[in-house]
Amino acid sequence: MLERGEVANSWRRERWDSLRLLTPNWQSRLPGYPYRGTDPDGFMSMPEVVEHIAGFAAAAAAPVRTHTTVTSVSRGDDGYRVAAGGGEIHCRSLVLASGAANVPRVPQLSQAVPAGIECFTPFDYGNPQRLPAGGVLVIGASATGVQLADEIQRSGRPVTLSVGEHVRLPRNYRGRDVLWWMESSGVWSQRYDEIDDIERARRLPSPQLVGTPEHTTLDLNVLRAAGVGIVGRLSMIRDGCALFSGGLANQFALADLKMERLLDTFDAWARGDAADIQVGPVERFEPTRAPAAPRLSLDLRSGEIRSIVWATGFRPDYRWLKLPVFDHRGELRHDGGAVVGAPGLYAIGLPVLRRRKSTFILGAEDDARDVVAQLAGYLAG
Amino acid sequence: MAQPSVNNGVNVQALLDAREALKNAPAAAEFTWRASCKWKNGTHAQSTVRGFRGLGEEQKHKTEFSFETDHPEIFASEDHGATPVELVLVGLASCLTAGVAAVAQNRGIQLRSVEAKLEGRMNLYGILGIDSNVRNGYDDIKVTFHIDADASKKDIEALVAQSQKRSAVYDIVTNPTNVTVEVV
Ligand SMILES: Cc1cc2nc3c(=O)[nH]c(=O)nc-3n(C[C@H](O)[C@H](O)[C@H](O)COP(=O)(O)OP(=O)(O)OC[C@H]3O[C@@H](n4cnc5c(N)ncnc54)[C@H](O)[C@@H]3O)c2cc1C
Repeated sequence: MLERGEVANSWRRERWDSLRLLTPNWQSRLPGYPYRGTDPDGFMSMPEVVEHIAGFAAAAAAPVRTHTTVTSVSRGDDGYRVAAGGGEIHCRSLVLASGAANVPRVPQLSQAVPAGIECFTPFDYGNPQRLPAGGVLVIGASATGVQLADEIQRSGRPVTLSVGEHVRLPRNYRGRDVLWWMESSGVWSQRYDEIDDIERARRLPSPQLVGTPEHTTLDLNVLRAAGVGIVGRLSMIRDGCALFSGGLANQFALADLKMERLLDTFDAWARGDAADIQVGPVERFEPTRAPAAPRLSLDLRSGEIRSIVWATGFRPDYRWLKLPVFDHRGELRHDGGAVVGAPGLYAIGLPVLRRRKSTFILGAEDDARDVVAQLAGYLAG
Repeated sequence: MAQPSVNNGVNVQALLDAREALKNAPAAAEFTWRASCKWKNGTHAQSTVRGFRGLGEEQKHKTEFSFETDHPEIFASEDHGATPVELVLVGLASCLTAGVAAVAQNRGIQLRSVEAKLEGRMNLYGILGIDSNVRNGYDDIKVTFHIDADASKKDIEALVAQSQKRSAVYDIVTNPTNVTVEVV
């Protein structure tokens, strides 16, 4: 195993200060390595995640070569040639486990941001104190965006949050954590080859969830009540003006309807297969309240906004992967982790790689078992 | 998936096949739509559409379609046709309505009737140049659908939401579009 940093590098170096996992502790289990602490329903801080993963690495005694950066992978005789840490390794088979979130995704239109506005991504944000005083425009309302909007607003900097497609979830449902429902009801285990539109499933944004000791819900109604201004999807920056989509009400409708369908799925499971499991009464949540007249434009030169945080997602960085294995969007072409057109090459840890839970810590176990079985078959065949 | 008994007059299979085919032929998916307009007199003009480009070649409608536009008499015009801003509402309404039919067919929902009412609010201080803080265009457009279908209220709401999500005119109206106007 080659690692450019230390074990759990992404959790050590690529997260913001206050971040806690949005998955409860009991869900942070790794193969043969359950959570053993005293607060199974709590949410780990970054140092705790690092300790947990480093603990697993020690227990598994995996042969990790740290501080070894892979700089190129190319076709070799009967396999692949890997350039790493100044040396070269030849292998018949290879697993790409380099992560799904190596770099923040920032849209092209960010180039039109006028001078004088400071831009941040989740990688260089750290904490609200690093932002200049004054208004902050947060672009994107998935897990990262809602969490940062909340803490920046609390720091005294008035936040405007630009909301595109999003996934709304309550923290708790019928007395249980919503991710307990995702796992127990089987939704998270749904396989990639059973999903109607897999491309769409793979592009689905992360849910609006935060891990706090109080188990708070952090949806757009909560943020609005906290004073955050809600605007539509950023569609263009023209003459220094940010222009937002007028389709906000439909974004809310889509997310509310999607959430209700998911809760219906949970309810059906609770009535059927899970009739003997104790859960609270059925709940339904208030619709997302649309501002009467959401702002459609914001002059970025007026002084109202001093900084922009691009919470517009992450993507993998495969610049070192010198093989023709990408589609027209630059995404890795794979079938359940088997890279298309590259025998013996496998991937793990990508969105809905083999199951809906593939990018979560608890998703690693089942996917790893399947991918390794294929890999072993390839080597044996 | 479409249930065989449901018929909204939309050939969903053809649409799904086209989607699959275009996925692997990005150039064929590049379309150009055209309209031309001739001034008649006063605020009266006549616009026509016929040809367009798509699937890698020139295409055309079965016949030429023509649209009269004018302004009502309270604008001291002769009222030969709808105002251009009403045509924008027509475009939005018909795009969303066609979308409802297509999505319903795809989801196996039989429609019995679909009616949309549209209202666009506009302050004339904008186009008359009385107040530069008032925009020329609509402040707000409200679409109200009345749909009778074999489906729950939730399913009908989801249908209408999905139709907006996939609508070209909804996107054109809710997002800015770069426009260049030249004189030759
Ligand atoms: C902000 C954020 C919050 C998240 N919160 C949660 C959560 O609450 N719960 C949850 O279950 N999941 C969460 N996730 C998802 C999380 O990323 C995955 O659960 C998990 O980290 C994936 O592990 P991985 O090993 O596949 O990828 P990573 O953790 O990204 O590990 C990839 C490793 O590969 C190394 N690497 C990359 N390129 C090279 C190279 N060229 N040479 C050598 N080494 C290289 C990296 O240094 C890194 O250590 C979150 C993700 C993000 C971005």
